[in-house]
Amino acid sequence: MATTIHVDIVSAEAEIYSGEATMVHAPAELGEVGIAPRHTPLVTRLVPGDVRVKTESGEEEIVYVSGGILEVQPYVVTVLSDTAARAHDLDEAAVEEARRKAAERISEQHDEYDYARARAELAEAAAQLQTIRKLRDRVAADRS
Amino acid sequence: MAGAKEIRGKISSIQNTQKITSAMEMVAASKMRKAQARMAATRPYADKMVNVIGHLAYANSEYPHPYLIAADSVTRVGYVVITTDRGLCGGLNVNLFRRLIKDFQSRHDNGVTIQTAAIGRKGAQFLKRTGSNVDAEVDGLGDAPGLPDVIGPIRAMLEAYDEGRIQELHLVHNRFVNTMTQEPTIRRLLPLEPPDSSVSAGNRDEERELEALRERHWDYIYEPEAAEVLDALLQRYIESLVYQGVVENIACEMAARMIAMKSATDNAGDLIDDLQLQYNKARQGAITQELTEIVSGAAAVSG
Repeated sequence: MATTIHVDIVSAEAEIYSGEATMVHAPAELGEVGIAPRHTPLVTRLVPGDVRVKTESGEEEIVYVSGGILEVQPYVVTVLSDTAARAHDLDEAAVEEARRKAAERISEQHDEYDYARARAELAEAAAQLQTIRKLRDRVAADRS
Repeated sequence: MAGAKEIRGKISSIQNTQKITSAMEMVAASKMRKAQARMAATRPYADKMVNVIGHLAYANSEYPHPYLIAADSVTRVGYVVITTDRGLCGGLNVNLFRRLIKDFQSRHDNGVTIQTAAIGRKGAQFLKRTGSNVDAEVDGLGDAPGLPDVIGPIRAMLEAYDEGRIQELHLVHNRFVNTMTQEPTIRRLLPLEPPDSSVSAGNRDEERELEALRERHWDYIYEPEAAEVLDALLQRYIESLVYQGVVENIACEMAARMIAMKSATDNAGDLIDDLQLQYNKARQGAITQELTEIVSGAAAVSG
């Protein structure tokens, strides 16, 4: 019988911790949970707090998470950690900021998507690239 | 023949430019390696998430999440367009725009309205210049953006989807094939394609495991509610996909810049060689002329 449980703590930006443990404590939304090997499957949201992992050698690893999701399988615990404090207000502020930026140069917008103009610009860029290529060929030909 | 001094001036100016481009090439190469490492670091999170969502889809099908269901008719489509902030990276952005325009055009022909969110200055400028509907934008992310940096546009689009203002959401970015090749891609984020099929396709063990799971009829304990957990999970999944796109696009940017700067450096070298030849000719010409003058002068005096 296995007496350890595998723990993975990952965030969107990096893998934070991976290893075997005899016990895991995590700050679930409805209160702290302690998970021993052969725990029943569980999925829960996490609130900001410490995840404590007791390793086989009896040491305790402490990882701070600012929220996220905890998934428990009988022999695998996965902590999908958020990378920063995520509050509804903060997210809203980010959305507002992004919208404001988008609206800054709104006067330049047209109602209808301007395909002609877009294509003209692309044609111009393509032509430039072609010219550069031609010039390069010519330089190469001149030299040989 | 142009004066030797002029040519020398030109040469030194090109040499200065060459120094800059070769420095940029080296900087881009080192940044590309870092970006590739970050790209690899984002994978475990998304992989784990795909696993959990896959389990959830098997274990719990009674709650159909709006992110998983396709709308009956699509009249408005959202795009998250990821581009670079800065130029000097070859045709990277232009190729992406060309791909995008094609897609926009076919949508337009089908009477579908388009809404966009831009990540990266070049894309924002392009979309605005061409008069497209930019809902949200963020730029100035730097070389190592965090997930919180890109949350604004993602949330804005997710809200639009939640409120039914768009029926589909697509992610547009460059895929890093290798250092020489970057491929513009458009992938659908919403409605979500079942994530498990692609992952378990090549993985027999996992498939068997899932099979076993299905047979045992187990379900998770959800705290607090299945719906809420799934909400949080799917939202984070979308965010992580976009974030991955952003990181991958940075790797592409650096690779493209490295190549562009390398060819710029090579071209500068060629130019310098040509000019050097011209300079030598001009110098030799001047010397010859001077000698001729002296000799003919001497001949005139003695004769």
